[in-house]
Amino acid sequence: MKVGIPSEIFPNELRVAATPKTVKRLQKQGFEVYIQHNAGVKANFSDKEFEEAGAKIVATAADIYGKSDIVLKVKEPSMEEVDMMREGLVMLSYLWPAQNQPLLQKLADKKVNAVAMDAIPRISRAQKMDVLSSMANIAGYRAVIEGSYHFGRFLNGQITAAGKVEPAKVLVIGAGVAGLAALGAANSLGAIVRAFDTRKEVAEQIQSMGGEFLTVEIDEDGATSSGYSKEMSQAFIDAEMKLFLEQAKEVDIVITTAQIPGKPAPKLWLDYHVAAMKPGSVIVDLAASTGGNCAFTKNGEIFVTDNGVTIVGKLNQLPAQASQLYGNNLCHLLDDMGKAEKWKIDMEDAVVSRAMVTYNGKINWPPAPLPVSPTAGGTKKVVAPTAEEIKISDAEKSKKAATTTVISLAVVGGLLLLVGAFAPPEFIQHFTVFVLAVFVGWQLITNVAHSLHTPLMAVTNAISGIIVVGGLLQTKNDLSNPMTILAGIAILVASINIVGGFVVTHRMLKMFKK
Amino acid sequence: MFIEKEIQMAAYLFASILFILSLGGLSSQESAKRGVMFGIVGMIVAIIATVLGKGVEGQVYIISAIAIASVIGLMLARKVEMTAMPQLVAILHSFVGLAAVLVGFGSYLDPHTHSLTGAAHTIHLVEVFVGIFIGAITFTGSIIAWGKLDGKVPSKPWSFKGLQTMNLVLLIVCTILGVLYCGAEGTSGMLYLGIMTAIASFIGVVLVMAIGGGDMPVVVSMLNSYSGWAAAAAGFMLGNDLLIVTGALVGSSGAILSMHMCHAMNRSFFSVIFASGSGNGSGGEKKAIEGEVTALNHEEVAGLLKDARSVVIVPGYGMAVAKAQYPIYDMVQFLRKAGKNVRFAIHPVAGRLPGHMNVLLAEANVPYDIVMEMDEINDDMPDTDVVMVIGANDVVNPSAQDDPASSIYGMPVIEAWKAEKVIIMKRSMSAGYSGEDNPLFYKPNSEMLYGDAKDSVEKILGFLKG
Repeated sequence: MKVGIPSEIFPNELRVAATPKTVKRLQKQGFEVYIQHNAGVKANFSDKEFEEAGAKIVATAADIYGKSDIVLKVKEPSMEEVDMMREGLVMLSYLWPAQNQPLLQKLADKKVNAVAMDAIPRISRAQKMDVLSSMANIAGYRAVIEGSYHFGRFLNGQITAAGKVEPAKVLVIGAGVAGLAALGAANSLGAIVRAFDTRKEVAEQIQSMGGEFLTVEIDEDGATSSGYSKEMSQAFIDAEMKLFLEQAKEVDIVITTAQIPGKPAPKLWLDYHVAAMKPGSVIVDLAASTGGNCAFTKNGEIFVTDNGVTIVGKLNQLPAQASQLYGNNLCHLLDDMGKAEKWKIDMEDAVVSRAMVTYNGKINWPPAPLPVSPTAGGTKKVVAPTAEEIKISDAEKSKKAATTTVISLAVVGGLLLLVGAFAPPEFIQHFTVFVLAVFVGWQLITNVAHSLHTPLMAVTNAISGIIVVGGLLQTKNDLSNPMTILAGIAILVASINIVGGFVVTHRMLKMFKK
Repeated sequence: MFIEKEIQMAAYLFASILFILSLGGLSSQESAKRGVMFGIVGMIVAIIATVLGKGVEGQVYIISAIAIASVIGLMLARKVEMTAMPQLVAILHSFVGLAAVLVGFGSYLDPHTHSLTGAAHTIHLVEVFVGIFIGAITFTGSIIAWGKLDGKVPSKPWSFKGLQTMNLVLLIVCTILGVLYCGAEGTSGMLYLGIMTAIASFIGVVLVMAIGGGDMPVVVSMLNSYSGWAAAAAGFMLGNDLLIVTGALVGSSGAILSMHMCHAMNRSFFSVIFASGSGNGSGGEKKAIEGEVTALNHEEVAGLLKDARSVVIVPGYGMAVAKAQYPIYDMVQFLRKAGKNVRFAIHPVAGRLPGHMNVLLAEANVPYDIVMEMDEINDDMPDTDVVMVIGANDVVNPSAQDDPASSIYGMPVIEAWKAEKVIIMKRSMSAGYSGEDNPLFYKPNSEMLYGDAKDSVEKILGFLKG
């Protein structure tokens, strides 16, 4: 199978979808690799390096799009590029499917099977192909470097013979991957670092990167099941703005990273925040491409406001590094899709079915939601089955369940009628209690934590010692009555069970600690 | 100083609520201790309300029996070692079974029983019969389970052809005895009742004998369920709602717990209980195992651990036997201080009791946030440098995934072989409880470390520090 890598035609795009290293890896996966002439020049990879790695150099983009089976790209293709693509081509690139409806339509019309790398679901298994994370990591680091350059002073505090230097204060808004990377970079340069996020669960992550977690005094958690934050209430936003105003007077560098998928970035740093900042301070807006978090951000530009604040709306992408990571992400995805030998577009697969936004001439967007929330305080993610799987199995299950339910209800109803016809009222009364208790027991245990199975069993064991009541009721005053002897022994063994069971459970539970 | 029946009923209701809260509380670590307190209070309320009820006689005997039992129970529970927990739980189950049998006979002897007439009389007799039947099975079954867990009875499944037919015949005989017994005048059915008790006791023995040691967690939890049903049956006999409610709670919760465990082993509940061949292997030729077993010494293992960044420890019953949890945690602490990511991976059926490993690790003060369940950790296996399998075997057997002829095929397992290096600490090359050979030992990235687990870990720790 042939994998082709075209040059990126967008002027500000310096990255390329493969590096000599990933070319070698692609060949190991069994692909033939074709790369357009000078595709890697802006990222400092020469044709010669690619050739040495085993790629064949192709003169024009048309050759790449016309002859490859799979095309690897960075930026979403232009309409002209789509025109060059052949039917059945598999294309991997950024696509921003929510914003690029006409492009999707065109790709679908051309029967191109397009994978949007930015639509890879954020689940554990797909972390290795999550380009948003790998690129955000670079952006976060670079934001600090860029901010520090425009700030033009030390970030760390020093006491020298020539006088004392105050450490710079850096505020990071939004503690996603980019935010955390920025926190780490700023911290290691010696700055005082603070971070704000609406999701309370990231507090620990912020602290682990050496930052101080800022929060407002309103109890509201912004975490959602999708892993992104939700919109907050007006009261929360007011408190947040007030907090930012206080911070604006103090901090030297602000790095904003808040983005909402498929929507313009929220405006968080408003005109009066900028006005309150000290001259010489810097705002680096990582959300510039989706409209910016700062009211004044201009995408792709760096400028200084009237009160001397530099606003950075453009970042160097560290193209060589970024290309390497992006290329690795692509290789991982190809790995998952079976490499050259067992290549398969598996629309049952949770990752492929979500990222494959056009398939066989149809638009496959938006995908079914996939809950991935990390649990509070941790970073574990949950892999959920695909929506299709759920749908199919649910439909089957509910059908089966319906039949069994009807049959078993009929049987149960018949039996109950039979019991009711013959049994005395007292029995029916006890029977009712019995059946209800069975259901309660069933419900209670369904959610028990695995690690507690042993204590649970010890406690139910102790409780089943309740049979002691039977013995108590049968004891007579007369010791020669065999009933008294039987009951006495019953009380004895049941009580051993009760006391032993409870004590041992207590002993076990005392040992569990966090 | 008797209380009215209505007050007694109210107290029973209160006790029932406390028991429900108790079981509910046991569903999470935070509320578990509270759950136990609820249970204790419920039990005290129930006993006091019963003893103070009208018509209760022989308080002297009652109080002395409870006092003696409390001392014995306390001593048992205090003295027992955590590794012997499964045995204790099993033997305690047998006590409930015994009590149910005794209460059943007592109820049959009660003159009040025979003052009943018509359907009420028959129903009562059936209740006694069923109660004794379940009680007897629980009693002898639990004793055998205790023997197996304690090593007094061989843990290999003991079974023969026609075992199930025999059980079925015995069941029919019991039913016939039941009919005869219901027709008997006064207490003259005692003989039938006695024979039935003997047969039921025998069934209990055979039933548990036929189950292999590997399925013991299911059996223990199933016997737990039986002890509940026995209590519920006693409740019917005596017309006592508290017994019915509590028995049903324990019975149904034990049943669902057993089913959870079967699910974790990918076995059907019935195939475990009726021991219809252990496992669901589809027959056919077993895969031949290729490769060679290679072994390391303690120093080499310590070297591997020193170079590793991420380590996962998979404990099994062998750790419990060797009581290795303390030195293991010392080693884990040492490695974690060196900045390594060390975690435990617990298979749902590791050990001989549900959650057995968790209890042992908790005893050694291992914090439960580094103790992972199988599903949580399997995804991380390919990024793990070293997996240490300590006294576990079947739960890391790759045959479960790739050999349809294996008896454990289809059981979810911890995918230890996906890690860079697997160290298997074992006393010898013998097979696990399922009797299956383990191809993991022969994989090129597997290394054996023979010897007692506790001893080995201490030696490794010595080399790590030295």
